[in-house]
Amino acid sequence: MNAARLDWPSWVVVPALVALALPAMSFATWITLTVAGTAMGMMLFLMASGLTLIFGLMDVLNFAHGAFITIGAYMAVTVLGAASGLVAADSLGLNLLALLAAVAAAAVVAGAVGWGFERVIVRRVYGSHLRQILITMGGLIIAGQLVIALWGPQPLLLAKPAALRGSFVLAGAAIEKYRMVAVGLGLIVYAAMHLTLNRTRIGLLVRAGVENREMVEALGYRIRRLFVLVFVAGTALAGIGGVMWAVYQELVTAEIGGEMTILVFIVVIIGGLGSVTGCFVGAVLVGLVANYVGFLSPKLALGSNILLMVAVLLWRPRGLFPVGRE
Amino acid sequence: MPERPLLTLADVHTHIGRYHILHGVDLLVPQGRLTMLLGRNGAGKTTTLRTIMGLWRASAGTVVFDAARIDRLETPEVARLGIAYVPETMGIFTQLSVRENLLLATGPKGFDAARLDNIFATFPALKEKWHDAAGGLSGGQKQMLAISRAIVEERRLLVVDEPTKGLAPAVIEHLIEAFQRLKATRTTILMVEQNFHMAKALGDAVAVMDDGRVVHHGPMADLAADEDLQARLLGLSLAAHQ
Repeated sequence: MNAARLDWPSWVVVPALVALALPAMSFATWITLTVAGTAMGMMLFLMASGLTLIFGLMDVLNFAHGAFITIGAYMAVTVLGAASGLVAADSLGLNLLALLAAVAAAAVVAGAVGWGFERVIVRRVYGSHLRQILITMGGLIIAGQLVIALWGPQPLLLAKPAALRGSFVLAGAAIEKYRMVAVGLGLIVYAAMHLTLNRTRIGLLVRAGVENREMVEALGYRIRRLFVLVFVAGTALAGIGGVMWAVYQELVTAEIGGEMTILVFIVVIIGGLGSVTGCFVGAVLVGLVANYVGFLSPKLALGSNILLMVAVLLWRPRGLFPVGRE
Repeated sequence: MPERPLLTLADVHTHIGRYHILHGVDLLVPQGRLTMLLGRNGAGKTTTLRTIMGLWRASAGTVVFDAARIDRLETPEVARLGIAYVPETMGIFTQLSVRENLLLATGPKGFDAARLDNIFATFPALKEKWHDAAGGLSGGQKQMLAISRAIVEERRLLVVDEPTKGLAPAVIEHLIEAFQRLKATRTTILMVEQNFHMAKALGDAVAVMDDGRVVHHGPMADLAADEDLQARLLGLSLAAHQ
């Protein structure tokens, strides 16, 4: 988006943080933490990108977003469990095929549930933030119980595909292979979203709708249809993020999505509500800060994201890439 | 013989929340003419335009466009009948480029080269700023973009809310020329305006509103020539209209 391209101070934040971290640690540690932080950021971006569009375009506070992350995580358990042969095969291609199948299944199932959720629940509370918070929090709780009813209450172990386990050494630093996959997928999804938003009429409508829904309607477009489309896409993306996070954690519980909800909201707020580029930069920033602070000052790690959000909002009260809204 | 009305409002009432804003508006907008809607602040002019567009729902009365009722239609359906709306706030998408703002108002085939050339001839600044973010345009350029967006496709009716608001005199003269060009194409226009100089220069017909009703309608020339009538209808707000 044009405004995002011009807003250079916000673009400089991540490179500046990476450069500032280097003198505080050895080069190998710096590489390891930077890659780990970027990978975590990409997974956060996958989980949060849908939320920023839903928030930005529809003005809906969807606290049930974590439920779709949970759905993605359990689809990873189901699909990778069913494709255990591909997961265990000593072939990167077959491993990636299994992961791709899980990602596709999670996107379809989370998107379908998201469609039903929007049609049955969310559409009734447009325009009322309090009711949105109450009803979507309720949705999150119900979804958690449904997951327990379907998959059981016990935590489920999830093995990474064989070729994606372990690490390789780069410039003396250990780099986890799976993290590179997460970085790759995050970049692909960001590029796809960027192209869709900037090169297609649907994307143009979404960007316009984030700014002024009423004017989009006055131009003859049915914004409610766009809402459904964005909600489905947003929940499908959360499902994809859930797969990647679950495989990274190798342990899935019914709370996996709920635990990420606050972090996902922090990313969206830091980036600027409704901005996909802001969400991308915000997610990487959160991932890097969590890793650097976790290494340098472990006692501060728990609160580091809240402190980051406070610092960003003091500097930029509407986030790093604010979207003008009417 | 009077022109056939393209748009007719009959006894239209509009409530916003618990406030009763329009108290039975009757208005005829003749085909191919520019109708000015005047009145003091708070008289209900903007509410009338928004009610026509379906942005606020009429609680009683009828809005008829080309012999069909439109007061129960959703805003996108009203727009698809060929009614373009330029709101008081201009409704520019500031994060989008000038090109993208205009593209959103085109049909599936995109830009019509002849219409675009005509827009560039009227508003050369838009050609220069074609790929720039609309948020960086001056107030006058934003208004030019808002008007261009309304005419980038063929429309049957333009509904324009106070296009001169906050603009410099030189820009207003430019807009008057632009609307005179539009009038020459027999485009039907309903315009709310506070600037009486602009209203006199452009209006064919005029309706004056007060307290949520139309209290006068007739030829603009009659109102322009009758200072007593101006003082009576526009009264205390006359200074603001000059």
